[in-house]
Amino acid sequence: MDALWLIPTFPLLGFLVLFLSQGKLPKVVVAVVGAGSIGLAAIVAVVVGKAFVDGGAEPQSQQLWTWMRVGEFVPEIRLYLDGLALVMTGVITGVGFLIHLYATGYMWDDPEEPEGFSRFFAYMNLFVFAMLMLVLGDNLLVLFLGWEGVGLCSYLLIGFYHRDPNNGYAARKAFVVTRVGDTFMALGLFLLFRELGTTEIQASLTAANVAWPEGSTMATVIGLLFLGGAMGKSAQVPLQTWLPDAMAGPTPVSALIHAATMVTAGVYLIARMHDIYLISPEAQFWVAVTGLVTLFISSFTALVQTDIKRVLAFSTMSQIGYMIMALGVGAWSAAIFHLMTHAFFKALLFLASGSVILALHHEQDMFKMGGLWRKLPIPFVSMLVGSVALAALPLTSGFFSKDAIMLTAADNPTAGMVFWGGAAIAAFMTALYTTRMILLTFFGEAKTAAHDSSGWNMNVPLVILCGLALGGGWFGLGIVSGVLPDGGIATHDHFSWIALVTMAMPLLGILTGWFVFGASRGGSTRLLGTEFAENVRRFWYIGWGFDWLYDRAVVAPFVALARMNKNDFVDLAFKSTASIARGIHHVLAVVQNGRLRWYAWNMVLGLAFVVVVVMWEVLG
Amino acid sequence: MNFALSIPLEHVFVLAVALFCIGLTGVLVRRNVMFVLMSLEVMMNACGLAFVAAGARWAQADGQIMFMFILALAAAEVAVALGIVLQLSRRFDSLDVDSADEMHS
Repeated sequence: MDALWLIPTFPLLGFLVLFLSQGKLPKVVVAVVGAGSIGLAAIVAVVVGKAFVDGGAEPQSQQLWTWMRVGEFVPEIRLYLDGLALVMTGVITGVGFLIHLYATGYMWDDPEEPEGFSRFFAYMNLFVFAMLMLVLGDNLLVLFLGWEGVGLCSYLLIGFYHRDPNNGYAARKAFVVTRVGDTFMALGLFLLFRELGTTEIQASLTAANVAWPEGSTMATVIGLLFLGGAMGKSAQVPLQTWLPDAMAGPTPVSALIHAATMVTAGVYLIARMHDIYLISPEAQFWVAVTGLVTLFISSFTALVQTDIKRVLAFSTMSQIGYMIMALGVGAWSAAIFHLMTHAFFKALLFLASGSVILALHHEQDMFKMGGLWRKLPIPFVSMLVGSVALAALPLTSGFFSKDAIMLTAADNPTAGMVFWGGAAIAAFMTALYTTRMILLTFFGEAKTAAHDSSGWNMNVPLVILCGLALGGGWFGLGIVSGVLPDGGIATHDHFSWIALVTMAMPLLGILTGWFVFGASRGGSTRLLGTEFAENVRRFWYIGWGFDWLYDRAVVAPFVALARMNKNDFVDLAFKSTASIARGIHHVLAVVQNGRLRWYAWNMVLGLAFVVVVVMWEVLG
Repeated sequence: MNFALSIPLEHVFVLAVALFCIGLTGVLVRRNVMFVLMSLEVMMNACGLAFVAAGARWAQADGQIMFMFILALAAAEVAVALGIVLQLSRRFDSLDVDSADEMHS
């Protein structure tokens, strides 16, 4: 337990070493420091976790120091470990280590950024540090510090290939769009502090239960503001548009930040503050609606993408939608369970797609792939395993977690059938687009020559993640049940038609996918023949037009306003000061003409003036 | 001593002021740097005369000490000024002070 502070310290040290050495260390040392720091953190996390479980799973906290003292306001830097924080820490350090290990191979000979190896690992370590502070902090301010820290690292890593201006644009877009959510989050934080007088998470939740009655407006407002923060960070409708563009970053970044950890921070925030939502069922209802809309929209969008990483990006949005909906319907533990299994299989899918992309020399278009299953056996098997877990075929990890969410959603008294129905359709779509992705990438004719150059350090993480994606549901159930107080995780323990349909949807999706996209590929071309189908495809392809809408509703008016005010009127004050000073300077400069006798004249006249004045005083 | 009484102090001061004004006029109107320097010497000696006369009038040594200072100052000034004159004649091929009016804004 005393070693808790070591978990974030190792990544921080790794970052400092890599940052201060400014890329002068040899690559091998960088790889050892970069991946090793996360590995050490993972080992400490296992030790701490074992002590935690042996000690009866009692929440513990470790005081590090006091941040500042301003009157009544004394935020402490304190780490807090409970079941929720432990699961998050395990995912961050465990999956994080596997992704770092993979990245040592993936980034080794990067053609676009050959000098960036050390920089990449410095950012990655800083990210892991910030993410750990986010989940371990016992104070909303520390959480917010980590929250912004991961946002910064996300920005730096999306724009890692900075030579292409489009990547810089994608990075800025991610930063600005999440900033909208962060503003909501900050407002919620301020409001919570004003109302309850503390930013300590546990203390504020206790105080909230005392101060606010059930259905209190203040709890609703704060709950909705935190939901706004979660929307930005977790890429939920309407702040989801940044995530597909974030795929501009290197693939391990997509796996770690934009699938396994950072984008689940919103889920963590709502789960951490779940007392607020228990007080306000209205806020909780809107959480569920946000999740439902997101998972529905993005599962359709994923179906028509051509870039393999964009398929996975929309899939991530959809799966986080499931988590958020689970929180909204009160399946707290199931949401964290799905967070964990999703981290396993989505990291696996991203890393496997990274191996494919690397073997095809950074080709990401699925229509230029095909027939790769023979040439890339390990990525193929990994992708297959990740896909069945994503589609939630029975007995994979995704099956346990996703079905738990859907069964709980069906029991929701407000709109259970709507939640369940939407999630079931999305589950069908998930299986469909997953099948399409596998068929396009690995089957059919080979269109691009592949050179498998991945070493052990890329294959070992894939194999381990395969095991986790398949078996994560079995041991995961025991770990996460009871991390948050609810009725436990729903399982298929009795027969009902809802359970039957829930289980059948993925199978149906895969079968449909096989007929539409498989074998002859005749199905999809026939379907796309009509003009209506083509319009629908285009609408889904652009992500239901959100980017188009924001460009017109927000970006264009803002740019127009900025153009109008090009000569900023606020600058007038500063500019006039400068021009007055310049005018006086010109007047005085005339006097200084370099002529000695002119200076002498001035001295004499000045002296005479002084003498006259003194005389006047003395005599007058 | 009698001679201090024989010439009234006011006369000496009038002479000193006259000398000072002649020197000042020289500094202000002459363009040849040598004459400017000579005018400066005249001004300094006018001051020295006033000091010595005042020192004698009140029987104080201060006046003569001040005159020593003025002599030292004049010597130092000449040492520097002659260097400047030399540079002026070398760079501008002239002894006109206005030829060195390059240093302006």
